[in-house]
Amino acid sequence: MAERKIPAPGINPETEPFWAAAREGRFLVKGCAACGKNHWYPRAICPFCFSDRTEWRPASGRGVIYSVSVMKRAPEPYAIAYVTLEEGPTMMTNIVDCDLDALRIGQPVRLVFKPTEGGGPPFPMFTPA
Amino acid sequence: MSIKGKAYIMGAYEHPTRLAKDKSVAQLHAECALGALADAGLSKEDVDGYFCAGDAPGLGPLAMADYMNLKLRHLDSTDLGGCSYIAHVAHAAQAIAMGKCRVALITLAGRPRSEGHSGAVPRMRGADAPDTQWEFPLGVATINAYAMCAARHMYQFGTTPEQLAWVKVAASHHAQHNPHAMLREVVTVEDVLNSPVIATPLHRLDCCVVSDGGGALVVVAPEIAKSLNRPRVKVIGAGESMKGQMGGEVDLTYSAGVRSGPAAFAEAGVKPADIKYASIYDSFTITVVIQLEDLGFCEKGQGGRFVADGNLISGVGRLPFNTDGGGLCNNHPANRGGITKVIEAVRQLRGEAHPAVQVKNCDLALAHGTGGLLGSRHGAATLIMERE
Ligand SMILES: [Zn+2]
Repeated sequence: MAERKIPAPGINPETEPFWAAAREGRFLVKGCAACGKNHWYPRAICPFCFSDRTEWRPASGRGVIYSVSVMKRAPEPYAIAYVTLEEGPTMMTNIVDCDLDALRIGQPVRLVFKPTEGGGPPFPMFTPA
Repeated sequence: MSIKGKAYIMGAYEHPTRLAKDKSVAQLHAECALGALADAGLSKEDVDGYFCAGDAPGLGPLAMADYMNLKLRHLDSTDLGGCSYIAHVAHAAQAIAMGKCRVALITLAGRPRSEGHSGAVPRMRGADAPDTQWEFPLGVATINAYAMCAARHMYQFGTTPEQLAWVKVAASHHAQHNPHAMLREVVTVEDVLNSPVIATPLHRLDCCVVSDGGGALVVVAPEIAKSLNRPRVKVIGAGESMKGQMGGEVDLTYSAGVRSGPAAFAEAGVKPADIKYASIYDSFTITVVIQLEDLGFCEKGQGGRFVADGNLISGVGRLPFNTDGGGLCNNHPANRGGITKVIEAVRQLRGEAHPAVQVKNCDLALAHGTGGLLGSRHGAATLIMERE
């Protein structure tokens, strides 16, 4: 089956380190040195304690599916999902390279970076572990 | 300070068009304004406050206020997505209570049907929004964002596709009596389940229609309400809020209605069990189930059971809802269903709903909606109205 083309993300100075790491195959999350918590999507200011002492932290890329929906009415069906990372936050993503109809909430998944259009940085997605 | 009793909805108008290829968006706004002012028995010159949201063409309220040549001393373009107009009624009541205006006009209009919009196609919601780079590449359309809420609700509470289908069945029972409704055919649970799956677990008939059109409301000060020859619909309580992904502590099982609803009930001094009629934003069947729980019509997780077996059908069930057919069957102008929710509640309180769906002695009604995407970030607004 043909795969959906993934638009390149619009990068800005606040998020550039994430995408630079992605190009090297490294998956980062933002964590907070003040309150300790990791968050998603990555921000310069912690969404929990509002500290500016946030830092990029390497993440395992392991998680479980929190919810998933397979878009059937698309030229190439695809699965949108929320995945809860081992590091805490739940992030919106796609589940790829698998039988989409077999996906289940609670299923363990692992990170895969998928290429984006126009030479953009690879995008963090997941596949069954 | 409260808005309770400080303002009245005296004009309400729903544009009859569902396909407006031969009209402009500004024209539709103005036609709705004309209709609502005529309904109230007021003229354009009486309007001193104007409210619109993101469906209005141009910068905030400026283009539309200039198009209609309004003379204003109060303007508000709060945008909470499709529920904005429910919040606008509350904001108008606040402004009236503070003496900032006396006759507030609220308009909504759009022509997504003529322009070929679909809730199954990913839509860019602001290239500069901080979430866009993380979500737009994923193919977030409208339906699959709501579908993730439905999938989680089913997983966590055992809600079934059959229960969701009952929401559509109830809406279709009402729409059969509305000559303007896009879909007037009564459907069954089987019809919903046999319609094509668009985004699992939601079917085509779990989705609202795409329609052109619009609506308008006129909210006025008490002394003006008393001078008009129309039944008086008093604003007695309101609440608004929003909910997002909470920094990654995502919970798709509830909406910001958990805050807007209790605030509105507290201000009005009534309970969910007192409500005779409810307009509940029905972008999708799951939207209704989650909102009914959040508003306190049933326990969290029990929404599927609550809506089953015709409980939302007027004359049959405990809570008559969306007696115009709602967004699921009647109309979803500009992809924003908030104003039609208030309009049908006003019809019910006036006793002007279709006789086949009119709730007997309807003296207390609620209109509630969400806007944006329930599956990522959304606004919510609740309004409680009383017949005087
Ligand atoms: Zn922090």
